[in-house]
Amino acid sequence: MSFESIGDFLAMGHHGAYVWSAYGLTLLVLTGNIVWPIMARKHYLQVEARRLRREERA
Amino acid sequence: MTGFVRSLVLREARLLFRRPAELVNPLIFFALVVALFPLAVGPQAELLRELSPGLIWVAALLAVLLSLDGLFRSDYEDGSLEQWMLSPRPLAVLVLAKVLTHWVISGLALVLLSPVLALMLGLPSQCLGTLILSLLLGTPTLSLLGAIGAALTVGLRRGGLLLALLILPLYIPVLILGSGALQASLQGMSSSGQLLWLGSLAVLTLTLSPFAISAGLRISVGE
Amino acid sequence: MTWTLFHKLGSPKWFYEISSRWLPGLACAAVLLLVTGTVWGLVFAPEDYQQGNSFRIIYIHVPAAFLAQSGYIFLAVAGLISLVWKMKLADVALQAAAPVGAWMTVLALVTGSIWGKPTWGTWWVWDARLTSMLILLFLYFGVIALGQAITNRDSAAKACSVLALVGVVNIPIIKYSVEWWNTLHQPATFTLTRKPAMPAEMWLPLLIMVVGFYCFFAVVVLMRMRLAVLQRESRTAWVKAEIERTMPKRTLR
Repeated sequence: MSFESIGDFLAMGHHGAYVWSAYGLTLLVLTGNIVWPIMARKHYLQVEARRLRREERA
Repeated sequence: MTGFVRSLVLREARLLFRRPAELVNPLIFFALVVALFPLAVGPQAELLRELSPGLIWVAALLAVLLSLDGLFRSDYEDGSLEQWMLSPRPLAVLVLAKVLTHWVISGLALVLLSPVLALMLGLPSQCLGTLILSLLLGTPTLSLLGAIGAALTVGLRRGGLLLALLILPLYIPVLILGSGALQASLQGMSSSGQLLWLGSLAVLTLTLSPFAISAGLRISVGE
Repeated sequence: MTWTLFHKLGSPKWFYEISSRWLPGLACAAVLLLVTGTVWGLVFAPEDYQQGNSFRIIYIHVPAAFLAQSGYIFLAVAGLISLVWKMKLADVALQAAAPVGAWMTVLALVTGSIWGKPTWGTWWVWDARLTSMLILLFLYFGVIALGQAITNRDSAAKACSVLALVGVVNIPIIKYSVEWWNTLHQPATFTLTRKPAMPAEMWLPLLIMVVGFYCFFAVVVLMRMRLAVLQRESRTAWVKAEIERTMPKRTLR
């Protein structure tokens, strides 16, 4: 452990703003990349399922 | 084969001279871009001389790119490209002949215009040899690389901007070496290293790009 | 890889089934490695004696830069397979990986510039690495833009393959010319990643993060590919069965 306290950890020795913004942005981009395919898949399956139902009825 | 290539070259040259606007517009563009810079940064002779290598090269690069936008368009529209694909001759040779003809006429005009613009920017006259040599060695690479993009985008309605987006990153080595050669000669150093590199890049693109261009044309026509 | 596996990979249905078996494991590995690496790098790794704690950005910057470069090579390999063996799945892989690779390049650039502020004092320097990374981003944009501009799916994939191959031939030339340009204009005074004298407790988390990023890339690309396969094969019986299975009647209004 290279930090004495939580406050120390958050401050990152005056570089807190840089370190945390870099990590925050990375987290944002990585989650976005994971969430987009999941949402797109869900949307696609819903649209297709509706289309199949329509074609069944017709 | 040689007779075939010759007739193709003659056809290209004739077509280019029949539409002088396509030949002249890139040259006007080249001069116009160079004229914009003194207006933007101020007329200080010292500053302009310092900037001139990069400036001339960026303008020349954009002018070549602009001239390539319509390289295959008319052939695509009138169906001659399809005839090329059907012909028993290798497509790579045909496109190489076409692109080189285009370069000999439009690229050479650009090279001949450049010393005038360079002198207006205050480039010393002993650098003009390097300028002409670097453009002579660099512009074939620019034409051949640009032809790859032109081949890939020929079927698209608004291919112009896309062509720039695809091809400009690939132009970077030529830009660095060409303006580097000019900068070296401006500082009184030898520029032969950069010129040799430009020459080897030209040989490399001359060998490899015809295949990429013909692959691109086949995709665009097949669509 | 044996040839039978290679041929099987050409079948979308087989890919869809096998990837659903690979995904959970890969996703678990990615989460585990990324969490371990981040905690280790942020909390336990010792402080750098020169740069202090800002050096901890290395644990995301370097893996992202790795992925940005490998991602483009992946595009070119997929393009080659698609052009030589006409494998549809390679087309899918190329178009699925391009946006992910572009995002990794963006990450590498942004974290690099955030790191540059405390170390160099400016957000951006025209350093050889950063400049080549920026050019790589433009190359990715070119592939993505070309893929979106061409409406026919098969020609779009083929055109992207050609462009990715042309790009990958150019990358070493661009890299060396940019490095040469950089040494000519401003001799490098300080480079971000110094290789020597990095103790194990510093580079081990870095290694974990790199592997974690690779797993993450694989997971996202597989997910995108699975969606693309479903869209391409939407008329086939197995896709209809899959839709029936995942979207039972009552979930629809």
